[in-house]
Amino acid sequence: MKTFHSQLSTLVKKEFLHVFRDNKTLLMLFGLPIAQIILFGFALTNEIKNSNIVICDYAQDNASQQLIEKISASDNFLVKDIITDRNQIEAEFKKGDVKLVVVFPNGFEEELYQKGLAQIQVIADASDPNTASTLSGYISSIVGEYQQQINVGNNSPPIISPEIRMLYNPELKGATNFVPGVMALVLLLVCVLMTSVSIVREKEKGTMEILLVSPMNPFIVIIAKAVPYFFLSIINLTVILLMSVFLLDMPMNGRVILLYLVSCILILCALSLGLLISNATETQQAAMLISLMAMLLPTVMFSGFMFPLENMPTALQAIANIVPSKWYYIIVKSIMIKGLGFMNIWKETFILVGMTAFLLLVSFKKFKLRLE
Amino acid sequence: MRPLKFLLIKEFKQIFRNRTLLPLIFAMPLVQLLVMPLAADYEVKNINISIVDNDQSTFSRQLISKISASKYFRLIESNFSFQESIHKIESDEADLILEIPRNFEKNIYRYGSEEVFIAVNAINGTKASLGGSYLSSIIQDFGSSIQPQISSIQPSSLMKRIELSAINWFNPYLNYKVFMVPAILVILVTMVGAYMCGLNIVKEKEIGTIEQINVSPIKKHHYILGKLIPFWVIGLVVFSIGFFIVARGVYGISSQGSLLLLYSYLALFLVAILGFGLLISTYSETQQQAMSVSFFFMMVFILMSGLFTSIDSMPEWAKVFAYINPVTYFIEVMRMVVLKGSGAADIVKHILIMLGFAILFNVWAILNYRKTS
Repeated sequence: MKTFHSQLSTLVKKEFLHVFRDNKTLLMLFGLPIAQIILFGFALTNEIKNSNIVICDYAQDNASQQLIEKISASDNFLVKDIITDRNQIEAEFKKGDVKLVVVFPNGFEEELYQKGLAQIQVIADASDPNTASTLSGYISSIVGEYQQQINVGNNSPPIISPEIRMLYNPELKGATNFVPGVMALVLLLVCVLMTSVSIVREKEKGTMEILLVSPMNPFIVIIAKAVPYFFLSIINLTVILLMSVFLLDMPMNGRVILLYLVSCILILCALSLGLLISNATETQQAAMLISLMAMLLPTVMFSGFMFPLENMPTALQAIANIVPSKWYYIIVKSIMIKGLGFMNIWKETFILVGMTAFLLLVSFKKFKLRLE
Repeated sequence: MRPLKFLLIKEFKQIFRNRTLLPLIFAMPLVQLLVMPLAADYEVKNINISIVDNDQSTFSRQLISKISASKYFRLIESNFSFQESIHKIESDEADLILEIPRNFEKNIYRYGSEEVFIAVNAINGTKASLGGSYLSSIIQDFGSSIQPQISSIQPSSLMKRIELSAINWFNPYLNYKVFMVPAILVILVTMVGAYMCGLNIVKEKEIGTIEQINVSPIKKHHYILGKLIPFWVIGLVVFSIGFFIVARGVYGISSQGSLLLLYSYLALFLVAILGFGLLISTYSETQQQAMSVSFFFMMVFILMSGLFTSIDSMPEWAKVFAYINPVTYFIEVMRMVVLKGSGAADIVKHILIMLGFAILFNVWAILNYRKTS
């Protein structure tokens, strides 16, 4: 047991030296999560604001004027131009910055007041279907309001009026949804990336041979590889949490200690995955290719913060289940935002523990004592 | 030009002899292009609703069946306790709670109006506000539909109405895949190009073979070109396979605009992004460094490119980052040319900017590459 201890501490020391002597990587290791949390925490939102639209006003009467004013007053739109010729529409769309055109036909006001029924046409650039349908929705609610306004006196109050309360995020900020996602993404990928290279690097350089013929226990060699990254990730986690609470105004409604414990599990899970990749590949390039190219997009897409998982085909929902960050994302939301305790997240935690155990087991199995 | 020829032979041989890397370079992007677009569906539907029906009357049941008939909502349960429903929200089983108060029907008959209570899980703001407004409009519709039963006043026929007709150009069925496939292809080509090229020089540094090149009469720009051209070709091939086999063959997306224009832009883009990879590698000593730097930029490139979230909605300072990102321009060009058939005149700005990136990155990389270590 004593030798086990001294071996481990010697090797861990060696690994720490490796990490701390490489200033550029170290800078990246810390700078990267910080920059990303700030950048994405503020910049990412799936709201649609400030969209350029064009109005094609054949009517040019009071009613159309009033509606145009209402539309320009909205946050969601920037009225870029008012034109009077439909044929310009296609050219505007092809230039790319106009997302929607509202067409008022000739005699709009007349139809509205004489016949009681007027038409408006909304032409959307549906090459981006999400923006197109959301913007059409905004226009239709503006028109609906206007309609109610001109019908005042003619209209009785609604019979059933809903009172809506927005739980957890009353201001409907984008960050509340994205920050936990970015946390999951950054923690997972940074850990996987760094550890995945570690063993392969020694293989490629030839120093692995030396370690393996030494009296060191080979399992200790592997474990020691992961230790520095574990501690660095804990520091990273602390920085990320501090920034999201104090800079991005994220709530911290649950127990910090619980969040730390679960985050440690995610970090361990990521480290084991990194070790597995490292054991299974022969060159650093292959290891990086797998840990980056193969993992980046799937982690972004299957964590559930970009696209709703329930919309995906069943097969893909199944794939999402094996992405650790999906479970971590659920946990972070539950603890930070909803303020729930362990009883509500034991299932997700258990899954992460299971994944970690499985990955560790496989990576030990894959570890070869003889290189050639 | 002779040294360049030999360098190219060397690089291609190295690439094609690497049996583990080669399949990864081609297979991984294609598999991702095949699978990822299926996962990208923003549309707000399948909103899980939990209803607390304290009234159990004809009206409340009619309202519930109207809600469950809507395509947006999935009724997961109806119970008698708000507390129970809150638990459903906490465990993410429900997104939304509708509470119908006791004496709902009685109050409607007696006072002609009544309130209901909606609580929405607003962690995802967009989904919450859409869900809330869909539900309100269903409830208001229901209100108007029971009007004749509770009062003698018929809805006025003098109501002025404005009808909206929405027309969706370029993608009439609002198919999200059409929007995502070209953009995901851009990301994959970027990853293949920038990583592989960037890691390549550093690998020679780490192994030590770069010393042999440095002591030879090979010129700096020959060496850089020798690294650039093979990955430029690979980038073109990966793009073509993705574009013609996956995008056209599987998703049925073919370009509305000129293919020549698209390929010219791709060629230019590849020069820029490969130059970027080279630039990173001239600054790094180990593959680990090169990789962590390119990982950082890759994430910024992907998340700030308008691939998933709209650039227009970003704060002004973030837009600056979005517009110094070469990937943003290529994604825009792909979507414009492929989906809308935009012509060269529409993308002049994009071409000039990309040209600028290409020159900047490559000149910088050549200047920064030292033959001495």
